[in-house]
Amino acid sequence: MIQISNLGHKIGGTQILHDISTSFPKGKLTALIGPNGAGKSTLLRLVGRLEPLQQGAITVAGHDVARTPTADLARVMAILGQQTAVASRLRLCELVAFGRWPHHQGRPRPEDRTKVAQAIDAFALSKLKNRFLDEVSGGQAQRAHIAMAFAQDTEWLLLDEPLNNLDMAHARALMARLRDLVDRQGRSVGLVVHEINYAAAWADHVIAMKDGRIMAEGTPDDVLTEAVLSDLYDAPISVGRHKDRPLVLHHA
Amino acid sequence: MDRRATLMLAVLALLLAGLSALWMFQGLGAGNRGFILSLRATKLAALVTVAVAIGVATVLFQTVAANRVLTPSIMGFDALYVLMQTLMIVLLGNAGFAGLSAGPKFGIDVGVMTALAVVLFGTLLAKGARDIPRMILTGVILGVLFRSVSQFLGRVLDPNEFAVVQAVSFASFNRVDAALLPVAGVLTAVAVMAAIRLSPQLDVLALGRESAVSLGLRYRALVMGTLALVAMLVSVSTALVGPVAFFGLIVAGLAHGAMQNARHAGLIPAAGLIAAILLVGGQWLFERILGQAATLSVVVEFAGGLFFLYLLLKGRIR
Amino acid sequence: MRRMPALLSALIALMLASLTVGAAHVDLRDIFSDDRAMLVLLESRLPRTVAVALTGAALSVAGVLIQALVRNRFVGPDTVGTAEGAALGLLGVTILFPASPLWVRMIAASLAAMVTTWLFLGVIRRLPAREVMLIPIAGLVLSGVLGSVVTFIGWQTDLMQYVGTWLLSGEFSGVIAGRYELLWVAAGAAGLAWFAADRFAILGLGEQVATGLGLSTASVMRLGLAVVSVVTAMVVTTVGMIPFVGLVVPNLVSRVMGDNLRASLPVVALSGAVLVLACDLVGRLVIYPYEVPAGMILGILGAALFLWLLHRRPAHG
Repeated sequence: MIQISNLGHKIGGTQILHDISTSFPKGKLTALIGPNGAGKSTLLRLVGRLEPLQQGAITVAGHDVARTPTADLARVMAILGQQTAVASRLRLCELVAFGRWPHHQGRPRPEDRTKVAQAIDAFALSKLKNRFLDEVSGGQAQRAHIAMAFAQDTEWLLLDEPLNNLDMAHARALMARLRDLVDRQGRSVGLVVHEINYAAAWADHVIAMKDGRIMAEGTPDDVLTEAVLSDLYDAPISVGRHKDRPLVLHHA
Repeated sequence: MDRRATLMLAVLALLLAGLSALWMFQGLGAGNRGFILSLRATKLAALVTVAVAIGVATVLFQTVAANRVLTPSIMGFDALYVLMQTLMIVLLGNAGFAGLSAGPKFGIDVGVMTALAVVLFGTLLAKGARDIPRMILTGVILGVLFRSVSQFLGRVLDPNEFAVVQAVSFASFNRVDAALLPVAGVLTAVAVMAAIRLSPQLDVLALGRESAVSLGLRYRALVMGTLALVAMLVSVSTALVGPVAFFGLIVAGLAHGAMQNARHAGLIPAAGLIAAILLVGGQWLFERILGQAATLSVVVEFAGGLFFLYLLLKGRIR
Repeated sequence: MRRMPALLSALIALMLASLTVGAAHVDLRDIFSDDRAMLVLLESRLPRTVAVALTGAALSVAGVLIQALVRNRFVGPDTVGTAEGAALGLLGVTILFPASPLWVRMIAASLAAMVTTWLFLGVIRRLPAREVMLIPIAGLVLSGVLGSVVTFIGWQTDLMQYVGTWLLSGEFSGVIAGRYELLWVAAGAAGLAWFAADRFAILGLGEQVATGLGLSTASVMRLGLAVVSVVTAMVVTTVGMIPFVGLVVPNLVSRVMGDNLRASLPVVALSGAVLVLACDLVGRLVIYPYEVPAGMILGILGAALFLWLLHRRPAHG
């Protein structure tokens, strides 16, 4: 479980998060939703120690994020931020291979190579693996970054808007892959999504944020209701159902 | 010109006059007055010529490049001049070029330099309009390239002679070539007059390419003409004292600050006056009071470099 | 890997050529019968050849590191104030403790180089992040400012002669046995970097990825800073700064084989050695029996290559 208590955060004098306490359940797929500027990414980045904690506490699977050495955390959680532009000229397979670095610190073992091969396979990158990052499309580079986080093979996987740059087929494939991680391997996933229907279709747990506060959390059926969403986005939103899951419609 | 600008120019002119008088007559002993006075007058004329050339060249160049952190030297103008000078000796040395007297030789140098600079920097500015930092970097590295080639040629011409290396690397306000002074003074005066004549058009140019074109300015011709003036002025200052990279930056910054007004009719004389005040005053301070004539150029470059970094950090690059 | 053998044979060929070229005639075939030839070879030619190769290799590796530290391709140890820092340190020691032994001078030069490089890192952190090209410009200006400080002090203390040999184009004509061995320290420092190659590669991927992979970026930065400073300080003291090697070689190698540093660092080192050897040879031959400093040749070749890199592939920062 990821436990977040009394988390506050300021950037340049602006309060981004107001005293947040919540948790990401273990063995579930948790989606963070909410309008622009709600603080979703900041929350995820704080959990992934990409930003230093200012106020409050976070534990990931019992490890205090503020105190645990960063190298140890890298074997517990993998985080992929939004900024995936890389200045280095690396081949896709070399990038993915760096996902194993927390485990071998520069001396790869056979199992590390296997994991890298699996990750490359899982994200359909086999044909591209010898291309340089600056020679592939934005979506392909994005998939390579996700594959790197995947190869890190940690109990927790945190992704900040991983669907950016992905077309519908690859977005769907990614969500199915994450679902599979949760259902078959007992991993836990947290991600920020903009398109609510991805949360509706694939998530176990939804956290809805607005203006640095949590507005609602619970199962998709509890959170993705007309009342909550209309309030969340300050716009009339209607919710239908499709295959026994909520379907969010903006043309109310 | 409004009253404030006129007043400012008058104050600057008075200040310069005062400093010049101080320069001429301070500590003048009883003996050999005529000799000392003529020596001082030559040096004063040289300092003022160089100062006006650098100050005005920088203001003009910043207007053409639509950028307030550039100087012609940062973009490699003076390095081009030195290279061109070296090349002329290599190519024409045997044809009696080296034997020409200083005046005509300098005239030819300036002519060739102006043509080269217009072609080279005209192209660079036209190409670089979209990516200014890349253009600046190109100019800086071009400068390094020109300097290296000059040094190389100098070494090949005379393996034991380091004069070229020295001349390319350091500026000195002390070793002014007096023989060049009359030609240099006339060239500077002509270029400054031309710039002042052009100033209404330069005001429009400063609005940027698109506005200038839509207001019916003959944009390309004006850019080329202004670059030619810049090349003339840089040739003058480089020939007289050597490379001075950042001094113009300070001058242009002060000129804009003093005038609070982007009209070139005021800006150009202000830049010339401010530059002359700084150089005459600085040289007086260092030579007569601190007794370290050689170091003024280093101090000026140091201060100018810091000012450039400051502008960079303030995000004024665009 | 077919590149390594090719580079190695180029290196050997150039080194052999370097051993035979010089004002005194030496025939490699009869060094064992000719004492004078043996002396020239051991005391002058061999040290010079080794010095050139070490300088090229170490500076190129330092270039890779500074580029990873800054995450920008258009910088090198000679364009960010490191060399000027080393000169400043040397000046300081020469003025304050003229009698100090060599190792004290080396430490002072390295530390001062570290300080000015760190200053550069501090400056660029404040620059707008999107403006890739501002970083090299800031570096060049900072080295200019520091250089004018060095010149000023040099003039004041009548040490301009030294300053000239440190910061103006470096050359190898003064290298003889006993006066170049510090370059082994530079090479050793560069070799050290190879053991942390993965860490530098991860650092180059950006703060976010590096943190995500559990890399302690601060300690890698410190190591990189130390290696770059030591390499530069040793080169500056022994032969004077050689421009553009540390900037151009990493770029050229990266274009061909990418930035997987564990694989590419040896290639970078070899290519750097080959490039500087070639330039030194050209410098020795072009006005034989006089010499043009290798640094001058590299000033021309390096600047031209830099311009090409700058304009060939847009926005690959």
